[in-house]
Formats: sequence, C-alpha cells, structure tokens
Amino acid sequence: MLQSMSHNTVGKSDVVAFKLAEQDFCIDIGLVREIRGWSPTTTLPHAPDYVKGVINLRGSVVTVVDLSARLGFGATTPSQRHVVIIAMHEERVVGLLADLVSDIVTVNDGSIQPVPDIALTHAREFITGMITFDDGQILRKIDLSQVLPIAREETA
Amino acid sequence: MAEMDEIQEMFFDECGELLEGLANGLRQMDQPGYDKETVHAVFRAVHSIKGGAAAFGLNDLVTFAHRFETVLDLLRSDRLEADPALMSIMHRSSDCLADLVTAARQSSEPDHAQREALLTELDRIMADGGDDDAIEFTPMVIDIGALDGEDPQPGLAGQAGFNIHFIPDGDLYRSGNEPAALFLALAKLGEAEIRVDSDFVPPLSDWSEDQPQLRWTIVLHTDCPADEIAEIFEFVEDCCELHVTPLTAEPDGPPEPDEISDSAPGDIPEPAQINPPEPAQTDSAKPSRPAAPGGDSGATIRVSLARVDRLMNMIGELVIKEAMLAQVIQTAGMSEDPDVLAGLDAIGQLAGDIQESVMAIRAQPLKLVFQRMHRIVREAADATGKQVSLITVGEETEVDKTMIERLIDPLTHMIRNSVDHGLEDGETRQARGKPAEGRITLSAAHRSGRVQIEVSDDGGGINRPKVREIAEERGLIAPGASLNPAEIDQLLFMPGFSSKTEVSALSGRGVGLDVVRREIMDLGGRVMIHSEIGQGTTFSIALPLTLAVLEGMLIQLCGETMVLPINAVQETMRANPSILHGVGQDGRLLSNRGDLIPIIDLAGEFGLRDSPATIEGGVLIVIEADNQKRSALLVDGIIDQRQVVIKSLEENYGHVPGVSAATILGDGKIALIIDPEEVVRTSSGDHDRAVPAAAAQG
Repeated sequence: MLQSMSHNTVGKSDVVAFKLAEQDFCIDIGLVREIRGWSPTTTLPHAPDYVKGVINLRGSVVTVVDLSARLGFGATTPSQRHVVIIAMHEERVVGLLADLVSDIVTVNDGSIQPVPDIALTHAREFITGMITFDDGQILRKIDLSQVLPIAREETA
Repeated sequence: MAEMDEIQEMFFDECGELLEGLANGLRQMDQPGYDKETVHAVFRAVHSIKGGAAAFGLNDLVTFAHRFETVLDLLRSDRLEADPALMSIMHRSSDCLADLVTAARQSSEPDHAQREALLTELDRIMADGGDDDAIEFTPMVIDIGALDGEDPQPGLAGQAGFNIHFIPDGDLYRSGNEPAALFLALAKLGEAEIRVDSDFVPPLSDWSEDQPQLRWTIVLHTDCPADEIAEIFEFVEDCCELHVTPLTAEPDGPPEPDEISDSAPGDIPEPAQINPPEPAQTDSAKPSRPAAPGGDSGATIRVSLARVDRLMNMIGELVIKEAMLAQVIQTAGMSEDPDVLAGLDAIGQLAGDIQESVMAIRAQPLKLVFQRMHRIVREAADATGKQVSLITVGEETEVDKTMIERLIDPLTHMIRNSVDHGLEDGETRQARGKPAEGRITLSAAHRSGRVQIEVSDDGGGINRPKVREIAEERGLIAPGASLNPAEIDQLLFMPGFSSKTEVSALSGRGVGLDVVRREIMDLGGRVMIHSEIGQGTTFSIALPLTLAVLEGMLIQLCGETMVLPINAVQETMRANPSILHGVGQDGRLLSNRGDLIPIIDLAGEFGLRDSPATIEGGVLIVIEADNQKRSALLVDGIIDQRQVVIKSLEENYGHVPGVSAATILGDGKIALIIDPEEVVRTSSGDHDRAVPAAAAQG
C-alpha cells in the first residue's frame, strides 16, 4: 500500500489521499483544515447540482461540494460513512464530500506527472497532476480552485 | 515601520475625535453667550492636531492648523469677536482641516484652492485682530501672532532680543528632556545670557526629588523672530512654564500660569478612548489638570472592532449552544428536573445579558453621524444660495456602529435633498410669510425596539401635480393612473425619478431617493414619507437596533426551515379557498379586504419542488416590498418567531437569489434567511431593480 511519512523535506510534499467512485484522489495537506463525518446539509436554492448545501462549522456557514458529482461520476447519496474534507482556498472555506479518506502520503515532487493528453473526460479540468507509485498506484491531484462553486455562475 | 504606521493610525483616529469636538465647539460658539471654556477647547483641538501632524511631518496640515489656531487664539484672548461672518470662516476652516486630515490619512491630494482661499481669509483676520497690542505676549502669541515667521511685520522683526523665563516642571525631566540642550540651541540663535534662579529651592527638609526647583532666566540677543524660540521649546511647551518677552517691551508682571494645555507634538496620543472625548479631555498627559465634570467615571479604553466582533460571534455561538443544550435535555427527558431547569434558565438569562452587553459595546451615539450633517447643510446651503439652519434632536440615541457608518450616505443624501428640493428659496419663503432661513430638523429616538430617525424641513411640501407629471413623462406610471397623495409621494422613491430637469450640482449625482431607500432596506429598515403642502416634508426611517440579530419568523418549506424577516411581514393567514382566485393557468391571487395580492409559491421559487404546490392547506404570508407592492408567500407552515443571529452566506459561497443570509438554529442546522424584496422581484420576472408601472398597480 502507500507509504506514509510524517516528516517533510525539500522536494517533497504531503497530500491527503481519498477515494471517489473507486478512484484515488488527493489534495495538498496544506489546504485541509479538518475531516468530518457527513452531516445533513441545508439545501441552497438555485445551486448547481454538485452543491450539496451548507453546514454549520462552529458558527460559520460552509458549502459542501459533492466531488463525485463535480467530477462527473454522478451524485453521491451521502450516508454516515461518507466524509467531508474541510479545505480552505484563499479566504473561502469549503467542504468536499468524498467516499473515504485513505491516507496521508508524502510525495516526491518528481513523481508528479502532468495529466496525459488522452484523458478527455470531464474530470480532467479538475486535476492538476498524476502521482505515480512503484506499486502501480496512481493518485489524481485535485485542483481546489477549479472544484469550488463559482457563485456568479448561478446567480443569473 | 509598521509600528510607526500604527501610531499614525492612532493619531488619525484621535484626529477624528478632535475634529468632532472642534465642530461641536464651534457650533456652541454660534450661540451668543457661549462658555469661554469652549473657545479653549476648540483651540486645544486644533493645536493637538497641529502637534501630531508636525510629529508625522504632515506639512500641509501643520501650516493650515497653525493659521487656524492663530485666529482661534485671537478669539480666546478676546481680540476678535465671534460674529457670524467670522464663525462662518471658522466653520469652513474646521471643514477644511477635516479634509486635510482625510487627505493625509489617504495620502491623497487635498483641495488646494479651497485651502488657499481660507488661508487668505485667515491671514486677513489675523492682520485685523492681531496687530493692535503687540505688548501682550503670551507664549502662543509669539508662536503664531503678529510675529508670524513667514510674514514678519516690519518693526517687529528687528527685535534686539528676548527675555525668556523658563520654569521646567517634573514632566520635562521625566520625559527625558535636558534644559542644557535647549540652552545650547538658544545660544545658537544669538548671544545668550543664562542665569539660574535658585531662590525657589526649599530647605533640604522640604526637598522633594520629584519636583524640580531651579528656574532660569535667559536674555537672548538675537535678530531671530520669536517663533524660532518657540520652535526650540516646542517639544517641552506643555511640561514647563515659559514666558518669552521681547527685550524692548516691559514684561507685564508675572504672566498668568501656563494655560496652554496641549499634547506636545512628540506625544503619542494615548490609546484611551472608545468614545469621542470631550474636547477638554484631550489632555491626558496632564494629571494636574482638573478632570472635566464626570470625566473620571467615563474612563474608556480603545479596543479594535475586530475583537468586539469576535466576542460578538462567540456569544452568538453561546446562544446557539445554549438552545442546543436545552433541546438535548428535553429529548433526554430531563426537562422535568427542577434543578436542570433552573440551571438552564440561568444560563439562558446570562447568555442573553452578555449578548446585550456586547451589543452595547458596539452601540454608538448617532451624534457621530448627525454632526457631519451640519457640514452637509452648510455646503448644500452655500451651493443653493439658501439660508438653512439644522437642528438636531436626540443625537445621543445609540445604534450599532456598523449601522452608523452605513447611515452616513443615505442621511447625507436626504439632507441634501431637503435643502435642494424641500426648502424654497428665501424670497419665496418670505412671500409665504415664513422666515427667510429654512429649517431642517434631524431627530432620532428609540421607539419600541427600533430606532426612528426623521429628516424634516419646513419647506413647501411635495408638489404632487409636478411629481405626477414627471413620473408620467418618464413612464414610471401610466398616464391618468389613479393615485392617492401617499402613492404619489412614493413615486419619489422610484428608480429613475429625479424631480430636477437639469442635473443640479448638489443632489443630482445620479443617485435618487431610490438608492436611499435601498440602503435603508439593506439595513433592515424602512423609509416613510409624509408631506403637507406649505408645511414641509418629513422622511422617517425606522431601523433595527443592530445588524447582527434579526427578528425573524421561522417557516417550514419542503422539510427545510427558513427565516423570514419580521419587518417585511404584514399578516399571515390560512390559505382558505374562499379567498383565492385563479388567473390564467398558474397565476393565483389572494383577495384580502378588497385588495388583490399575487401569490408567490416560495418552494417553486426556490426550486425545492417540481410541481406547483396545492395552495389549500398552506399558509400565506403577506409581505410588503418595494413601492408598497404587496405579495403573499405560500409556505407550508409557521413554526415560531424568534431572534436569529445573522451569518454571512456570501463569505464562503456567494449570493443566492432570494436569500439574504443564513442563521444557525437551535439544533445546529443552518436556516436560510429569505430576502422578501428579491423573491418578489425575481418572481415577477424582473431581474433588475426597475419596476416600471409598479406604482400604477399599487
């Protein structure tokens, strides 16, 4: 399985790995604030289908994005087992709904490859790079800024 | 450097307070028989600004404050009389000083022309009032008076020298100043004879090491003007007694004890007031000064708003947690236990008290806004050539600080509107048997949990036929629509309505009263208008006490709980088939005492339900939106009415149409707060704000 390392050195970075529709994804650990279990959300009117709604995170209103729907895998039917990764992008806090968080992994910068051209799926625009491991595992690195709901697009 | 910025920021904060005190004092001086202390306070305010400005090298500010101060000094020494003409210049100087402070704070360019004009005026006054008695030399006169270094008057510039009495007090030494250094600096100006006077040194038994006993007399032979001497002593002038007399003049006895109580330029303003201090309190560096009446009970600290806001947020949390706890206890079946109940009750009480106290911290008197309006009136009166006086009532009424800031724009606009459109010109007024000077009254009061602000003028009232004509011309109403007087008055709030054909320099800046109305609505308030022909017009604004909490009606909609601001709700009723009427395929109307009110299916509007709901069994909430247009919102049920803490939705997500914010319910879940105005707007298919012909239906 993936190898965990707690310390950080030059040329390496830590990522949080998680699963979505049987695929492995990851996000830079610096962006992650906490990981919570799923709790019911309050639906937002006129929101895109990948926005599950909002939850109360210690007094702040935080939007939950259904990553699976966002990446085009279809909407998740959330249950107690699902997790919400609370991430911070610039000043915005967002919750990412995922199937499960698998590990925290240290990656060599050298092992991050650009997304191959052949991938013509919808998901490609949300992935910044592919991380390969010796055992054949692949982690897809999420571009948080692309995943975030753009408030403007649904106002009109 | 950051530290310097911080200190400078503190200086600007203090300037704001000083400027308010200044404007206030000047207004008191407009009344005959004003208190002499007022002049001193006004003088000190200007002097403190000058001092601080000098320390930060803000030269424009220093130069202007300096001349301003000179004239004020002539006023306080009774060499000038505070007649209306002079006071008008004083007011304008005060405005100009405020502009310069703002310019310095924003590092922008001030209006030089205006300043130059005022400086010329001030110089003229100085020449009139300052040259008649060159003998009476108080320290400040030398600093600034007829011997003004920039324009030395012939005959005085050629002084042979000065006699300087220098009596340091303990603060001089405590602040690390050294008389020897001052003497050395003096000696550079010319030949100085320095004598130490040890007559006041007490016997050793009475010796106090805190109190300096030595005094000096310096005879300085120099051609320098007096203000160079004043410059040397500039940093110590408030911790010593200093008397400078020209050698040719007779020293007129022991001069009065140093009354100049100002912060020395080097003084860092003490971060010690959250409220604007009385002008007399600006001198915190001098403990010997008798405290202003009630001054000691008003001890204040300056706290950053962010801290108060954080506290406010946490208390909001506390209130929510308390409600959650109560719910848990109830579900656990423990709510029968009297001890638990009593404890819970006490916590609830306490949380409420804390919330109230914190809100009180944020509350500030409306004075802060009202005072600015004097200037607006003055400028508006100048621009229109009308004579206008402003009367403020109830300026001690407190509202939330955020609200204060957001009230400035709408009130400014309303005041300008009243001067420009409300009041007639002087001749017309006299022809109508009114005094030539128009009067605008700005009043505020707490009224049943709300703040009521009124702007009223004693002008001609709304010219309704004219308003109607304009509205028809602009296509705001259908020609010949039947409107009652109140409805015509409401037309003033329509977007695109401006009663002046030409854009007037004053209120015609592309902002109409519709913007005022919008701004007030955004604050959770409403504007009403009342006008009597020939008597004047009154605009009333009703505002909530705070922006952080909203009185809301909790409603049920497709399993979601939502909050409707109570200020929009007019009435609620069961959707009884007998009062419902269909129009076309989906249109439905509610007939309510003869009025036909369109029904909005809120769930459909929010996309929570695909098929249109059956109205029967639901609850209708009649709300009033822009232009008094009424609509009925169809919801599944009403749960409760309570205060909710407003949480921003835009911070982490963005704007949701028809939703103004969110709140957290007792169970920790989020409920959305409905923006009734927007729901009505979007439901009528109008995405922009202009609702032409809306009033015609109303």
